[in-house]
Amino acid sequence: MAQHRITRRTLVKGGLALGGVTAARALARLRPVVYAQPSPAFGIGFIADITGTVAPSGRDMLDGFQMYLSEKNSMLGGKQVQLIVEDAGGVPANALTKARKLIEQDRVQLLTAPLLASEAYAVRDYVAERGTPMIFMVASADDLTQRKGAPNFVRTGWSSSQPSHPFGEYAATELKYKRIATIGSDYAFGYEVVGGFQKTFELQGGQIVQKIWAPLGTPDYSPYVTQLRRDVDAVYAIPVGVDVIRFAKAYRQYGLKDKIPLIGGALLADESLLRGMGAPEDATGIITCLHWAAGLTTLAARKFVDAYNAKYKKDPSYYAETNYTGGMWIDTAVQRIDGKVDDRAAFLRSMLAVQLPNAPRGPIRLDSYHNPIENEYVRKVEYRNGRLVNTVIHTFHNVSQFWTFAPAEFLKQPVYDRNYPPCRYCG
Amino acid sequence: MRRGTFSGLAAVSVIVAALCALPVVAPTYYLHLLTLTFCYGIMAMSLDLLVGYTGLGSLGHAAYFGVAGYVVGVLATTLGWGFWPAAAADVLAAAGTAALFGLLAIRATGPYFLIITLALGQIIWGLAYRWVSVTGGDNGLRGIARPVLAAGLSLVRIQSFYYFAMAVTLFAAASMYLVVTSPFGLTLRGIRESESRMRVLGYNVFLHKYLVFILAGAFCGVAGVLYAYYNGFVSPADVHLIASANALLMVILGGSGTLFGALVGSALLVFLQNLLSGITQRWLTILGAILVLAVMYAPQGVVGAARTLLLRRPAGGRGRGTQVPAVEHSETT
Amino acid sequence: MGASFYLQQALNGLSFGALLFLLASGLTLIFGLMRVANIAHGSYYLLGAYVGLSVMRWTSVFPLAILAGGAAVALIGIVMQRWFLARFHQQTLPQVLLTMGFAFFFSDQALLLWGGDPQSIPVPRVLAGTLVIGPVYFPAYRLFVIAVGLCVFVGLWLLLERTRLGATVRAAVDDAEMARGLGINVGRVMTGVFALGAFLAAAGGVMGGAFLSIYPGADFDVLPLTFVVVIMGGLGSLKGALVGSLLVGLLDNFGKAMFPELSYFTLFAPMALILAVRPTGLFGRA
Repeated sequence: MAQHRITRRTLVKGGLALGGVTAARALARLRPVVYAQPSPAFGIGFIADITGTVAPSGRDMLDGFQMYLSEKNSMLGGKQVQLIVEDAGGVPANALTKARKLIEQDRVQLLTAPLLASEAYAVRDYVAERGTPMIFMVASADDLTQRKGAPNFVRTGWSSSQPSHPFGEYAATELKYKRIATIGSDYAFGYEVVGGFQKTFELQGGQIVQKIWAPLGTPDYSPYVTQLRRDVDAVYAIPVGVDVIRFAKAYRQYGLKDKIPLIGGALLADESLLRGMGAPEDATGIITCLHWAAGLTTLAARKFVDAYNAKYKKDPSYYAETNYTGGMWIDTAVQRIDGKVDDRAAFLRSMLAVQLPNAPRGPIRLDSYHNPIENEYVRKVEYRNGRLVNTVIHTFHNVSQFWTFAPAEFLKQPVYDRNYPPCRYCG
Repeated sequence: MRRGTFSGLAAVSVIVAALCALPVVAPTYYLHLLTLTFCYGIMAMSLDLLVGYTGLGSLGHAAYFGVAGYVVGVLATTLGWGFWPAAAADVLAAAGTAALFGLLAIRATGPYFLIITLALGQIIWGLAYRWVSVTGGDNGLRGIARPVLAAGLSLVRIQSFYYFAMAVTLFAAASMYLVVTSPFGLTLRGIRESESRMRVLGYNVFLHKYLVFILAGAFCGVAGVLYAYYNGFVSPADVHLIASANALLMVILGGSGTLFGALVGSALLVFLQNLLSGITQRWLTILGAILVLAVMYAPQGVVGAARTLLLRRPAGGRGRGTQVPAVEHSETT
Repeated sequence: MGASFYLQQALNGLSFGALLFLLASGLTLIFGLMRVANIAHGSYYLLGAYVGLSVMRWTSVFPLAILAGGAAVALIGIVMQRWFLARFHQQTLPQVLLTMGFAFFFSDQALLLWGGDPQSIPVPRVLAGTLVIGPVYFPAYRLFVIAVGLCVFVGLWLLLERTRLGATVRAAVDDAEMARGLGINVGRVMTGVFALGAFLAAAGGVMGGAFLSIYPGADFDVLPLTFVVVIMGGLGSLKGALVGSLLVGLLDNFGKAMFPELSYFTLFAPMALILAVRPTGLFGRA
């Protein structure tokens, strides 16, 4: 019996040791594959959110990017693109793990930033330190190109308060509103969108008389909607994602829709949400402002919208447009350096110097803080031919994230926050 | 018992040696995945103290992980505390939370206990998500710098953090091993098998359960500290019900009541998730299927099954220690 | 904040509570009576809503959407109970893990089948209006939800307490051995109760889909709320589920309206308090 026991113990030990050695060998064998000479292809790491609660917008992003790639037969600037898609599911920690994988394992030459600001901030420090060029097409947190930028960050999307600045003026001077109540999602994005609007609206003599913050993912919007003051000229709202549909429905069902005009941040009327509205009248008449509208009538926009509709049977949301245009941006940048994407410094310089005169959304170039200067469109939701469309009613040309303020002065103020600017007329 | 201990020790030393050699041969990405494995592994082992050894299935374990992580976030960034005092405070905070929640949950048994821990876990999640002024809300807290332990001992590089995480894991695993093999641990197993019998024998059942609940919370806090310093940030997703469910899954996959099995389960889940997501977009479907299949066909988990195979203990010889413990309701008072 | 504020919030809370009651009454059958801590209960809500949405798009008949959503999910419930859960009778942890596996599976499949865009079930025209009483506004649909909640309560109560079928169910649940001796097919009764619970959750999904909308993640949003209701009210008590639902609905509404930053806290802290005083919930049997 003792004999037997020893044999078995040795066996176990030997087996485990053998297993360990084999595993180490296997890993060693993996190594040459992993560190293979830089492949001639141009590796783009795409951190997507194609599962989880933000999946719909994440899908639109991937659709837009892949549509551009397929139009170009996967060649950007003459380089064969190897697109590596990694799903982060909207979870910041996963986004960071995926970024590590794409940079350290796949050695991509370019990384696209994930969707959510929380994910973007999660990967921010790591990617800034590694120096891999990263292109922000959706994540719009102001500070990523203001107080917390990095040399290797390129933003071709927008910053959250960028459309709010012209829109605040528009609400005061064109729409002639004097008193407005705001209701926004209770997190950084909501603060920035509302903050930018409040700043310029009040500079033009308007008054924000109430600010309500509702948590992200509020199942029932009625406790917030019923608190809105009814003695205002308009309500400025920025719920996000599915909250938009619940908010819009509650806004109408509680009898506000017919009484008080509803305006708001861009996501209040994003094409991805207009398709899910319970009733068209929940959304018709909403006025918002953004650098994109599927109802834009320029030639470039029509061409893109028609092609996208033909391919995916839906109107392109801003998530889709911005990724399509991002593809165009990369294409141009790589072309300018004859495909030498391994020269990181030159690639970055080229990425920063791109100007697109003819993107679907209109002309784009970057400011010295790596954020785009682009048109902002005031859009009104209309119901036409059985679908809700954002129709452009006014265009602000070449808007910078600093609007008409001097950047140095602007950056002295804190980033827009829950209580900044303070609500002087609330009470 | 001795036989198990010897081969166990041998196995542990071989694995540790292999892990030590790894940074020399393996690409850094694997070090990242292993460091994550260590963090989640400690969390899962601490959960096994409850699930496998005491028969208390908890669905809110991420709460203690998260509390520690968030306290790190506040102490290390806003208040600028150093590593050791911050780490100590975080583990205390996690233990304190467990002490508070334990008062509410411990009296319940079976399904009540599960659901109450779930609800308590969601309180922490709700606070993380909505108490924006302290927790940063959806964006979480970021900018937690990797520490310098002492002069010349910096954990900034992944290689050094990996070794540090491994050392912490070994320490935590050894401590928990001592706990479960101590008389206290044996009493816990007695409670798992029959609460009423232990009560008749004069044991203070509530106190034992309460103490192990706090202990598990504290060890889970260690995992949370490690994780927060490793990733440099914490966010509500780290506290969510799904994070708690993942920890429970790690315990079951590895084999509940085997302690080190939880580490194996953690490795399985971390590697599967990250290697598969490049191939398929249906990770949740796969995870769901694994769960169902594991419960139906492999209730012992990996380590439990390996132990049965290697050592050929007579069936039932280890009692239900290697089974998914069947928490009974008969004792509901 | 005047009386109209409180009246308005109370009405809001009641309607949310009525929806919760549909979910909680289902769970109190499954969890309370049969002791299955069903993590997939939220998935029943979500799947019911999606099936209802599809039926609504084909037929535009709202009652049909509710029935179809309920029936489809009841079928899923039967499969889960008979072929998976019954093997682990009275074993909490395996049941929790199984149902959790199903919950993950369903949420991913729903994303695949219905896409992830948030959707909303159109409300029938009759119920689309809004009642205005002075300064208080109240959507007719929400009144309808409250009415349905009350009807379900009365119906279930009569079924369980006043019919032979109800007596059979209680017998099977309380003492399976004895019931078997009396010639009751306990397995079939269990399956039936489970199916009914699933039906109620799914019907709740269709009703909720019309004012809270449907989106990936709704399953795990409603799940903790439903569990809180059942725990607060007391396991297996229909009365408890009703009181718990209304309590949670009101707490949630007033909490959000008055302490927005701590809204989750104002929901869970009272639960913890109730449990500290009465570990089996308000109406739970010891």
